[in-house]
Amino acid sequence: MSDARRQGAAEPTREDARVAPKPALRRFHQARWDEKLIFELSTPGQRGIEVPAPEPEVAAAVGDVAAALPDALRRGTPPALPELGQQQVLRHYLRLSQENLGADLNVDVGQGTCTMKYSPKVNDSFVRDPRVAEAHPLQDASTVQGLLEIMYRLEGLLREVSGMDRVSLQPAAGSSAIWTNVAMIRAYFAARGEAEQRDTVITSSFSHPSNAACAKTAGYRVITLPPDADGYPDIEALRAAAGPRTAALLITNPEDTGIYNPRIEEFVRLVHEAGGLCAYDQANANGILGITRAREAGFDLCHFNLHKTFSTPHACGGPAAGACGVTEELAPYLPRPTVEFDGERYRLEHDRPDSVGSVRPFYGVVPNLVRAYAWIMSLGAEGLREAAEVAVLNNNYLLSRIREIPGVSVPYAQSRPRVEQVRYSWERLHADTGVHSEEIGLRAADFGTHYWTSHHPYTVPEPMTLEPTESYSRADLDEYAAILAEVAREAYEDPDVVRTAPHRSTVHRAREDTLESAATWAVTWRAYRRKVLGEDGA
Amino acid sequence: MIRVGLVVNPVAGLGGRVGLQGSDGEAVQQRARELGARPRAGTRARAALSELAARGADVELLAAPGVLGARWAAGAGWPHRVVPVAPSSETGSAECADSAVLRPGSPRLGVVPPARRAPGSGVGTRAPDAGHVHDAGRPGAPRTTAADTVAAVRALRDAGVRLLLFAGGDGTARDVYDALGGDTELTVLGIPTGVKMHSAVFSVNPRAAGEVAAVYGREEGGVPTRRAEVMDRDEAALRQGRVTARLYGWLPVPFVPARLQQRKTGGTVLSPDAVGGIAREVREAAQRLPGAGSRGPLLVLGPGTTTQALAAALGAEVGPTGVSALVPGGGTAEVVARNAGGDALLDLVRAGRPALVALSPVGGQGFLLGRGNQQLGPEVIRAAGGAARVLVVCTESKLAALGGRPLLVDSGDDALDAELTGYRPVITGRGALTMYRVTI
Repeated sequence: MSDARRQGAAEPTREDARVAPKPALRRFHQARWDEKLIFELSTPGQRGIEVPAPEPEVAAAVGDVAAALPDALRRGTPPALPELGQQQVLRHYLRLSQENLGADLNVDVGQGTCTMKYSPKVNDSFVRDPRVAEAHPLQDASTVQGLLEIMYRLEGLLREVSGMDRVSLQPAAGSSAIWTNVAMIRAYFAARGEAEQRDTVITSSFSHPSNAACAKTAGYRVITLPPDADGYPDIEALRAAAGPRTAALLITNPEDTGIYNPRIEEFVRLVHEAGGLCAYDQANANGILGITRAREAGFDLCHFNLHKTFSTPHACGGPAAGACGVTEELAPYLPRPTVEFDGERYRLEHDRPDSVGSVRPFYGVVPNLVRAYAWIMSLGAEGLREAAEVAVLNNNYLLSRIREIPGVSVPYAQSRPRVEQVRYSWERLHADTGVHSEEIGLRAADFGTHYWTSHHPYTVPEPMTLEPTESYSRADLDEYAAILAEVAREAYEDPDVVRTAPHRSTVHRAREDTLESAATWAVTWRAYRRKVLGEDGA
Repeated sequence: MIRVGLVVNPVAGLGGRVGLQGSDGEAVQQRARELGARPRAGTRARAALSELAARGADVELLAAPGVLGARWAAGAGWPHRVVPVAPSSETGSAECADSAVLRPGSPRLGVVPPARRAPGSGVGTRAPDAGHVHDAGRPGAPRTTAADTVAAVRALRDAGVRLLLFAGGDGTARDVYDALGGDTELTVLGIPTGVKMHSAVFSVNPRAAGEVAAVYGREEGGVPTRRAEVMDRDEAALRQGRVTARLYGWLPVPFVPARLQQRKTGGTVLSPDAVGGIAREVREAAQRLPGAGSRGPLLVLGPGTTTQALAAALGAEVGPTGVSALVPGGGTAEVVARNAGGDALLDLVRAGRPALVALSPVGGQGFLLGRGNQQLGPEVIRAAGGAARVLVVCTESKLAALGGRPLLVDSGDDALDAELTGYRPVITGRGALTMYRVTI
C-alpha cells in the first residue's frame, strides 16, 4: 500500500502508478507448475520423431533384422516408456528445471563441505568439442593422443598440488576415490601378509562419513575419534585406538568445522609408529591449495574431488570425478590402466599385476578431467594459491558477518580463524525462540537461497555449515548474511513465519518420513504405482 | 483429531531457584516458600501449550482441573476441556481445585473458550505472566501432593487421551509412572519444570514439548514411540552428601528425533540396523572368550532400552529394567536371569562360564555404573574378569547427545573405577566403535 493510500486518499494518484523501488532483500518466488510425472503425460502413439519406413528395396535387402537378435536378447514385452511429442518433453523438463534452486541460480554458499564454486562455462566448450564428446573408449590410443596428453598432464599437475608420486584419475567421484584408497591399503597389507592382523581403520567424527562407510564396505572395523573440547579429533583417543590392528587413519584436515588441525603430523606419526598407513581425505582442498600438501604432512595416500576444489560440476550424484594420489610405495596398487608417456607417444598401461583393478570402466569421467585441466591451466600455480586465499578470506569475512547475528555461535577453538568453511550453531536462537536450524534454512528458501545443517548425528547442536569459496563477491556474501539476519530477526519477533516456512516454494514441505522406509519411498514409476497409487502387480 | 491430556505439578521446581536441589515433600516445599521460591511449572506448561497452538495442531486438549492443569491451559489461548478428578484425601477437597473442578461422575464437562490472544503474543514469545498463577506457591495457597498427580493422570487416561503431557521433574515423572504402571500403552511426554532431570522422558525445553505434541497430533498417533527411563535421585542420600540415582522404570515417549531433517547423504538419525549390528559384535565378543566354546559364554546385560534391544536382537526377551543374564547361541539366547540381584549375579558369574558385561549409558547423564544399576556391584564386575570384560554399547546418536561429556562410572570401588576409566571403545554398530572417554 502506498503512503498516499494509507493516508486515506480515495483515488489512485500518479504516486500510486510509480514503480516501487526494489526491496532490500529479494522476494524470491519459485515456480509451481503442478507438473505431472512424465509417465502420466503419456499418450499412446505420440512420438518425438516419426521415423519413415524403409524403402521396399532396402527392406528386402536387409530382411528381418530382429530375427538376427539372439532370443536371449529380445524383450518379451515392449518397454513401458512414456509416449510424448518433442515439445511436450521439452516443456516438461523446462518446468521441472524452474522448480529447482540450482548452483547457477542462487548464492550457493550454504552447501558447506560441498565447495559450490562456479564451474566456468568456457570449460564446457572444450568438453563439447567432438574430439572429446565423440571419442569412444575403445578407440585405439593412437587416435586419442590429445585426450591422453590431457590426462597425463593433469596427473602431473595433481602430483604437484599433493606432493604425491603418482595419481589415478579413474575414480568416479569422492566416495569412489576413498574406496579406491581403502582398496589400495587393503592390497598393500595383503602383499605384506598383514591383512588379517590389520583389520581396523581409524577416522574422526568430523571427517566425511564416506571414510567410515568405505572402510566398512571393504570389511574393516572402524574406530571413530570424537572431537575434544577444542573441536580437534581427540589425540588421546587416537593413542588409545592405534595399535597392531591398525591398517590406516582416514582423516580430513581441516575437518567439517573449518578448523585446521595443527597437530596433524603427530596424528600421522602415531599411526605410522603403529605400522598403519595414513590417507588424507582432501575431497575439499579449497582452503589449502598451494599452501599445504598431503606429502609434507606425511600422508601415504590422498584424494581430491575434482568437482569440488577443481571446479567441475557436481552433477547431483551423477558422474563427478575423483583423483587418488599415492607415494611410490603404494603406486603398484593404483587402478589400471594408467596413462604413460615414453617421450613420443601416450599409451594406456594395463599390465599392472598388483593393481586393485579398475574402479570405473575405461579411464574415468573424461569430460570432468578435461574441465579440471582447463581450470587449473587457466589459473596457474599462483592462481591456485590465490583461489585458496580468497576462499579463506571470503569465509572469514562471512564469519564476521554471521557473528553479528543474534542467536548464532561458532563452537570450538574460539581464538582460531577458520579455513574454508564454518560449522555454526543456532543453539542459542533455538533456546530463545524454539526455532530449529532446519526451519531457518527453509525460511531462507523464501529469499532464494538455502543451507545445509550437518551430517548426522548432530554433534554440534542446531548446526549450519557455510562454505563461501572464492567465487562469490562481497556483495553476494553481504546478501547472504542479510538474509540470515532477517530470518533470525523473524525468529525472535515472529517465529511463526519461520516455523511454517517455506512460503514461496514449489512444494511446502516434503514428507521426509516417507523417505525413511522402503515401504513408502518411490523412486521409479513402477514403485510409485505400487506404493503410492496402490496398484497391484505394478 | 487426537486427545492430548495435560497435568501440571504446580510445585515442581519450587526448590531449584532457592538451592534446595529438589521439591519433593511438604517440608522441602514449605522451606522453599519461606526462602521466597516461586513456582514456574505452570508458566512453562503454558509455553508448551502456546507452542502446540501455534503449530496449528488438530488436537483436543483435556486438562486436569485448576492448578493441576486447566488454569495454565486457560492462559495459553487454547480451548480445552476439564476432566474431573477425585480430590486426594491428603489435600482435602478444595485446596488443589478451583471452580472448574467437577466431581467424579459428573456428566458435565466444562468447556473453556480460548483466551483472546493479545497482539504480538505470537508463538514462542513468552506467555504473559498472569499474576494470580503464582498463588499456587504462596503460603496459604493451594497445595498439591503426589496423590493429586496420580489421580489426575488416571482420570485423563480414563478420559481417553492418547498423549499425556505432564509438567514437572523427576518426582512428577515417578508419579506418572506410578499412576500408569510400566506396561502402559499411553504415550507421555514431560514438560521440564523440575529441579532434577535425570529421567529421559522430558523434552529439551517446554516449547519442544509443544512441538512434539503437535507432530504427534498431526500424524494421528502415527509417530513411533520409544521407552524412556524414569529416574530419580535418592533424596535422603543426597542430603547426606551422596548423589545416587535410581531407575524406576520406563514410559513410552514420542520418538521425534530431528523433526525436519535435511540430510546430505542417506542414513537415518537412528538406524534400526545399529542395534542389530551391536548385537552381532557383542555375541562374537562373547563367543571369542577363552572357554566359551566348551561352556557357552555368559552375557550380563545392564538395564536400558539399548541393552533390551540388544537382547531382542540376540533372540531373548528381557525387560528394560533390571540386570539380566543370557547365554547367547546361534539365533536365540537362553535367558538365565531376569531382574537379578547382586548376590544372584555373583553366583551366576562365579558358576564357571566365561562372562561379559554389556553396559549402556543410562538416563542421558552418561553413567555406565553406579546409577540405576547398583546390583552390578564391583564384586560382580571383578568376578567376571574386571574392566577387560566390560563392553560399552551405545548408538552414535545417543553418544552425540552427550555433547562431548564423558561417560561416568561410580561403582563404589575406587580401584575398579580407575580400571574402567580412560579411553574405551564404545560399540556403536556392526564393525563400528567410537573411542570415548570414561571418567569418575
